[in-house]
Amino acid sequence: MLDATAGDDLRVVLEVEGVTLSFGGVNALLNVSLQVENGSIYSIIGPNGAGKSSLFNVISGLYRPQRGSVLFKGQDLTLLPAHKIAPLGLARSFQQVELFKGMTVIENLLLGRHIHMRAGLFSGGLFWGKAREEELRHRQVVEKIIDFLEIEHIREKTVATLPYGLRKRLELGRALALEPELLLLDEPMAGLNQEETEDMARFILDINQERRTTLLLIEHDMGVVMDISDRVAVLNFGELLAAGTPHAIQEHPAVIEAYLGAEDSVFPEGRSGSRNIL
Amino acid sequence: MSARYCGDYKTSYGQEMVLFQTFFSRLWILLFLIGLYTAPLYLNEYALYVCNLIGIAVIGALGLNILAGFTGQISLGHGAFLGVGAYASAYLVMDLGVPFFVALPCAGLIAACCGLVFGIPSLRLKGLYLAIATLAAQFIIEYLMVHVEGVTNGVLGKMVDFPSCLGFSFDTDQRYFYLVTTLALLATLITKNIVRTRPGRAFIAIRDQPVSAEVMGVNPFKYKLMAFAFSSFLAGIAGSLWAHYVTIITPEHFTLGVSIEYLAMIIIGGMGQIIGSIFGAVFMVLLPEVLRVASGALSGQFPVIVNLFAAIKEGVFGLIIIAFLIYEPDGLAHRWQLAKSYWKLWPFSQ
Ligand SMILES: Nc1ncnc2c1ncn2[C@@H]1O[C@H](COP(=O)(O)OP(=O)(O)O)[C@@H](O)[C@H]1O
Ligand SMILES: [Mg+2]
Repeated sequence: MLDATAGDDLRVVLEVEGVTLSFGGVNALLNVSLQVENGSIYSIIGPNGAGKSSLFNVISGLYRPQRGSVLFKGQDLTLLPAHKIAPLGLARSFQQVELFKGMTVIENLLLGRHIHMRAGLFSGGLFWGKAREEELRHRQVVEKIIDFLEIEHIREKTVATLPYGLRKRLELGRALALEPELLLLDEPMAGLNQEETEDMARFILDINQERRTTLLLIEHDMGVVMDISDRVAVLNFGELLAAGTPHAIQEHPAVIEAYLGAEDSVFPEGRSGSRNIL
Repeated sequence: MSARYCGDYKTSYGQEMVLFQTFFSRLWILLFLIGLYTAPLYLNEYALYVCNLIGIAVIGALGLNILAGFTGQISLGHGAFLGVGAYASAYLVMDLGVPFFVALPCAGLIAACCGLVFGIPSLRLKGLYLAIATLAAQFIIEYLMVHVEGVTNGVLGKMVDFPSCLGFSFDTDQRYFYLVTTLALLATLITKNIVRTRPGRAFIAIRDQPVSAEVMGVNPFKYKLMAFAFSSFLAGIAGSLWAHYVTIITPEHFTLGVSIEYLAMIIIGGMGQIIGSIFGAVFMVLLPEVLRVASGALSGQFPVIVNLFAAIKEGVFGLIIIAFLIYEPDGLAHRWQLAKSYWKLWPFSQ
């Protein structure tokens, strides 16, 4: 486990400390604390309404918690507006896909490069020299993401014309374009078919391994969660029920009880056929 | 790569950024430009006058389209910002003796500052509430135009000279045509470049999905204000050009009605489409002229029409806008896209 030594600053990339968030007296989050290690895949599970998305909204600066704090790379995010958090290296996707519908795939991805670009009204308006060169350079980065996500065939398409599965994928791409150190994905597999789910799991693993990106996931597909996560946290009615390795979580009596109120395991076999591969 | 499909292949991303890509589109634009710049040779004074009004409207409509069409912030104060540009330019040139070509950008900048101030409510308000806030801007500026007589000469109107530069005066419709056309083309090019680069994507992102935009690092306050400032900058330029063309301006020229006419322009032309601003401006300037000519021709047989003209004009205007909202909500720009793709595939399209 982690102790409070200086070296931990590097190991723990995200630290949520005693976050409480309530909407008109209803606690969406109650004293939630968790620590996400650098380079890991950390999953949050829990029934609908447990407060998972609310936690993401607190981390990304959309909700302000009544109590507690969020530290990212040692910096306090709690009082920062959302647009100042992205440049620190934090990107996210949404449970309900929230793409820019009037833009093409390429434009959505280029918007993901916003914080890495400089052009303003003047240089953009002239589109000469530096601005042109910048546009070209970032276009190349975007094309790499297009290759990675295997969406070459739709690059010129407008989002409004895309099927749901591809939108989910594009939203992942837009977050990736930001080159985050920490990527929050809110139910990236929800509503996807078997094949799309497998693709998404592969992308997530690749992002984690090749880009060394830390991932914080919300996911309902237990097979996937247990398969790919280093750590799992369980939220229930806004409270953190348990956190630990997938193995420990599956055996955790409180978790089993909360999920079923029975002894039977609620967790299906993992994709690889093994429940405890991590 | 042994097999190649026939078609339009690009070998670099740079090639994709060229505005007019195919041989034919370049040929068309070249012919268009030649036709445009030789227009004074074959158009009469009246036609050139209409063209000048169109050019000025194009500049103003581009500005409003950036704000309303691309950034999704409604404004009912565009007419007032035109007025700010017009009076600023008139005051600078007539009272302070500033050369026109210095006063013109200054008028734009002064209008931009006003836009910035009156855009501040957009940080909190949206939709109808923002519309009301910008309506307040319209009325406040109208009030000032009437009452700050030291600058505007109030309801009596302010006389303005034709622009001149180094002894050359743009005092005929022909000369003004070159000035307006060049500036309208320049404004179109700059606006087009803005919307296809970083600031334009930020505008569209704020319109389409403000929460995602913010999470991706777009500062919504900054870009909304930028859109207000740029929009009123172009309004200011259009206002200045207008003032120096009609040579007498009164507060009545910059009323709420003008704001609504500009909104109608971008709705009819196409919101969020550069070319929509052009189509809309052409349409809205031509429509009353066409109606006037038509009623003039008919008045021989039906004298009563002349008396009815004012009423007919308003009615037809309203009907046309409603028809567009119902049948062509994406505006003339959308028709244009359809027509272009039709000809691309011709004769296989049917
Ligand atoms: N903006 C909001 N206003 C009021 N209540 C909210 C808001 N956002 C979330 N909640 C409430 O907080 C609780 C947790 O919701 P959420 O975080 O979306 O859960 P989950 O993502 O785990 O399904 C729910 O009871 C929900 O109704
Ligand atoms: Mg949720």
